[in-house]
Amino acid sequence: MARKLLLTHIDVPGINTFEVYRQKGGYRAVEKVLKSMSPDDVLEEVKKSGLRGRGGAGFPTGMKWSFLAKPEGVPRYLVCNGDESEPGTFKDRYLMTHIPHVLIEGMIVSSFALGANTSYIYVRGEMMPQIRILEKAIAEARNAGFLGKNILGSGFDLELFVQPGGGAYICGEETALLESLEGKRGNPRIKPPFPAVSGLYNCPTVVNNVESIAATVPIINDGGEEYAKIGIERSTGTKLISAGGNVKKPGVYEIELGLPVEEFIYSDEYCGGIANGKRLKAVVAGGSSVPILPANLILKTAKGEPRLMTYESLADGGFQTGTMLGSGGFIAFDEDQCIVRNTWNFTRFYHHESCGQCSPCREGTGWMEKVLHKIEHGHGSFSDIDLLVNVAKNIEGNTICPLGDAAAWPVASAIRHFRDEFEWHVTNGTEARTRNYGLAHYADPLEPVV
Amino acid sequence: MLSVKHNQSVTFTDEMLSKFAEIVKRYPEGRQKSALLPLLHEVQAAFGWLSVPAMDKVAEYLQLEPIEVYEVATFYTMFFLQPRGRYNLEVCRTGPCCLVGAERIMKYLEEKLGVKEGEVTADGLFSWRGVECLAACGYGPVLQIGPEYTFYENLTEESVDQLIDQLKEKALAGN
Repeated sequence: MARKLLLTHIDVPGINTFEVYRQKGGYRAVEKVLKSMSPDDVLEEVKKSGLRGRGGAGFPTGMKWSFLAKPEGVPRYLVCNGDESEPGTFKDRYLMTHIPHVLIEGMIVSSFALGANTSYIYVRGEMMPQIRILEKAIAEARNAGFLGKNILGSGFDLELFVQPGGGAYICGEETALLESLEGKRGNPRIKPPFPAVSGLYNCPTVVNNVESIAATVPIINDGGEEYAKIGIERSTGTKLISAGGNVKKPGVYEIELGLPVEEFIYSDEYCGGIANGKRLKAVVAGGSSVPILPANLILKTAKGEPRLMTYESLADGGFQTGTMLGSGGFIAFDEDQCIVRNTWNFTRFYHHESCGQCSPCREGTGWMEKVLHKIEHGHGSFSDIDLLVNVAKNIEGNTICPLGDAAAWPVASAIRHFRDEFEWHVTNGTEARTRNYGLAHYADPLEPVV
Repeated sequence: MLSVKHNQSVTFTDEMLSKFAEIVKRYPEGRQKSALLPLLHEVQAAFGWLSVPAMDKVAEYLQLEPIEVYEVATFYTMFFLQPRGRYNLEVCRTGPCCLVGAERIMKYLEEKLGVKEGEVTADGLFSWRGVECLAACGYGPVLQIGPEYTFYENLTEESVDQLIDQLKEKALAGN
């Protein structure tokens, strides 16, 4: 069995309550930092752990913390990003639902390290049940003396609040999230200044994903060096992977980074293979924004080496033959799925979620949606395929925030790897409406698992 | 689009006002605008949707210009600017849910309820719409019902039938 750090006690009845969480060793990390460590000591441990942001960007958390400006007399804020909306990703929902106290504990540890006395957990509004769960967990922690004034007699004060979003994917972008938390539309800010200098209410602010903040708990308990022993190269520790689409056992799995992709898909410990005895056609490995790969390229790199669940291995080959670990939203497509239809669906999503600030994204996503709709419904032409590539190229890198890139990459990669399927839609318009293209040459080289 | 009915009078109950006061205290002095989204959720839960007079009243409470409230309410998809059915069923329509049958479920809902996306049934009980990724991709197809955003997972035609029956009974019982 693989080592678990966040979901160790997930099966213990009542682990969502303070009492049971505490019995299982919960809040030890808070005791440790408040009684025997300085904020800089905590920062050092997080740096040593090699933890990288679990929301998708993979930026080293310790380094992000070290950028935080500390002017005298100005409050600093920690804001947790729980606006989980990346298609394919549902790990933060799982964590907040079943083991909310690990997030609360991580918030206390991280706030102490950053010198924040008021911290917010921004949760997407649709997760109202999870908001209630977190509010209850906060009340329990407060009653037990882990929140409020002078926590455990250390002199450290912390107030923690949950903020609901209003339904907007863009608020997962950290500056859009801060705008939203200030009660405005979720329009991303132009950077610099970065939030570390001027964030919430123009004060120095760190924004971290739910899973990143939770990961500080095992890092403090076991030490950063222990954490860094798990994984490969610069991909240290464990990662929550949301497995969805056509796998036999969809769900959230905590893996040690470095697990072979093939094992993740086919082992009974994880996805258990493809559902209904079908074969694997393609995978989106890190949430809808990352490039889609055909089965042969997700299982092995272009060099023929086994593909591993690490930031580096998934990116091997660049965008020509690789992809990204992203947020760990792992979507598997079986042989019956239509890549064109899915690309159209994803593009409609990005068009719907574009905040409208930058014209390449606002207009480009709309154009891509229209052209893809046309191709999917059998009215496309060959030049439409090139037009899509062209529009995607003109969005990429030309917007304030990464939503533009996130909208461009799925389209560009689908055409890169599945061009024949797009062309088949053009040449077989009527047929394309009644049946799917199938597996073609990019099939899974393994025998189907029945 | 904003729905303007100037003759509608809106009253916030004492219970709502004390909840509002509690929410405003979460933010630093002078930053009460941060309470806007939480307050709009409270107001929508109480009235079912956000009318212009209701939004104006929120603006007054938070000492904002009304436009600051409208621009927020029109940006976020969870805020309803028109009345909906008492039970507004929101089905996730994004990629991963579609791989496991979300489009079929939406079509079924449309036939079953006899209303198109966004419309309200004649008895005022139901409306439905497709929404973007609800971060529940492992349990699809899924739908949610506000204001508590109760979640229904792994939907089939049969489970949708059961759900609609339950909601009808609930409405008859006066809940």
